[in-house]
Amino acid sequence: MNFELSHEHEMIVASARAFVEQELYPYEEEVERDDRVRPELIEQIKQRAIAAGLYAAAMPEELGGGGLDNFSMTLLDRELGRANFALQYLVGRPSNILQACVGEQREKYLLPCIRGKKIDCLAMTEPNAGSDVRGMQCRAERDGNEYVINGTKHFISHADLADFVILFAATGVEDSARGPRKKITSFLVDKGAPGFTVRDGYRSVSHRGYHNCVLTFDDCRIPAANVLGEEHKGFEVANDWLGATRLQVAAMCLGRAERALDLCLEWAATRKQFGQTIGKFQGVSFKLADMRTQLEAAELLTLKVAWKSDQGTATDMDYAMAKLHATEMLATLSDEAIQIHGGMGLMSDLPLERIWRDARVERIWEGTSEIQRHIISRALLRPLEQR
Amino acid sequence: MKVLVGVKRVLDAYVKARVKPDGSGVVTDNVKMSMNPFDEIAVEQALRFKEAGQVEEIVAVSIGPAKSEETIRTALAMGADRGILVEADAEIEPLAVAKVFKALVEKEQPELVLLGKQAIDDDCNQTGQMLAALLGWAQGTFISKIELGDGNVTVTREVDGGLERAQIKTPAVVTVDLRLNEPRYASLPNIMKAKKKPVDKTTPAELGVDATPRITTLEVQEPPPRAAGVKVASVAELVDKLRNEARVIG
Repeated sequence: MNFELSHEHEMIVASARAFVEQELYPYEEEVERDDRVRPELIEQIKQRAIAAGLYAAAMPEELGGGGLDNFSMTLLDRELGRANFALQYLVGRPSNILQACVGEQREKYLLPCIRGKKIDCLAMTEPNAGSDVRGMQCRAERDGNEYVINGTKHFISHADLADFVILFAATGVEDSARGPRKKITSFLVDKGAPGFTVRDGYRSVSHRGYHNCVLTFDDCRIPAANVLGEEHKGFEVANDWLGATRLQVAAMCLGRAERALDLCLEWAATRKQFGQTIGKFQGVSFKLADMRTQLEAAELLTLKVAWKSDQGTATDMDYAMAKLHATEMLATLSDEAIQIHGGMGLMSDLPLERIWRDARVERIWEGTSEIQRHIISRALLRPLEQR
Repeated sequence: MKVLVGVKRVLDAYVKARVKPDGSGVVTDNVKMSMNPFDEIAVEQALRFKEAGQVEEIVAVSIGPAKSEETIRTALAMGADRGILVEADAEIEPLAVAKVFKALVEKEQPELVLLGKQAIDDDCNQTGQMLAALLGWAQGTFISKIELGDGNVTVTREVDGGLERAQIKTPAVVTVDLRLNEPRYASLPNIMKAKKKPVDKTTPAELGVDATPRITTLEVQEPPPRAAGVKVASVAELVDKLRNEARVIG
């Protein structure tokens, strides 16, 4: 067993860190203040990410991507996670699910995304289908060579920037051991398709500058050739390609936690109260010890799952544990980071209040902490119950 | 034109150096090591020449323990073409480094050797000057600006009291200062390509260089801790102290 990063990994980390510090940090304040990223800035960051080879880094090299494995990608995500979410998002990581594109879909959707010419977004969640995704009401009905889509999606991240949406919609009902359940199909729907509208979503406490949208489909007709994967096999396609998104959330929490902790250490070692630096008080120093320990544990778990993912041995439980622990760790750590800084921690002059706000969504999206615990506990108990 | 660039593996600039308990040197085990920042600037300059079409090949050279190959790989990831690792486990002094470079120059026939003005570990600031002397080449040291001409190099040197411009004949040895450029971060594709680029390995002995140290280190000490400052009551007292105690104003 070897816990050391290879020199190549270290170089990836060093380049990613330099990119984040030079290309993203300088714009954080303006994005947090204005809740938007200027179009020129979007283009600038995208072009620089492409030049640095960080764009579409997880996509296979033969398709023009960076060819990074999950472990290297996790290191990259960790570094990108240090920055404001809206800015780091511009270092494009097109959804892996696009690798399910076949035939003309590849030229129209997959390859332009890798080249930074198009942006994708993923639409699963609905007002009445959150954790219970299969309960979705958005439906697509086959009509000759087309599908007719009706329904509403919400909380759809960066749909404002996207050129097309990877949509999940119900395409029928089938019998299962636990009664009837909806059959789900995945579609590629272009913005501008008649009957498809993208509206501004809600204002969120987390991730300023990175917006969610409401999508409505009103008799929206799309060609049958726009099915991604097979009809009725939407969740299978998702499961094949989306496992890494929980890992990505975990990885980004690590970077954000590390940035917060670095600020705390600096502060504890220099801020003086009652005639000494506050790090000399056990009330502060023990917090720091716990923060580092929890961060280290989350990092080991996340990197191990990333490694297992490359070996092809990572399970749903693995991804769930990494996501659960890293997101909960960040919540505690970012809260303590504010406590250590006192009033100053709440001021937007430091990135801490942002990290604290942003931490909140991580325990909810990509599967709530409760859903992760459900996945883990079912994986633990099912084999025993079936004896 | 071919350029030889020296890249030394040193204690990372952001790591606090600790003296070994026996005072024989600085702890380098299990601490972060990086490319000497001045050498990074030299690599960057070579890359800019190459991008401008003025240089065909960049060879990165490192002298030191086997791990120095990582420093060469970093230079290759930035964009250098190939590397030469001269393995030497013992402490190697500037004169020996200069002799190794001389042997490599004779073998490689570059027209320009770009070096950092000094390494941030021992701060010797000797190798470039010694190498130029051994080769009988022109030298430009502490440069903050450089232009390649036809058979010459124009350099701007950072000297006490200002900047000095000089034109020197090639082949030449040039040592670079901090303000010359901002080194790039390696792009992901270049990091991937770096592992496939060739790194030749040799030793000082194979190059016919006796690298035996000529200097004995008696003791390495931590600098004394900074004494606490004093508060002055008035500007007059401050001026008085600056004049009579610190003697920094006349």
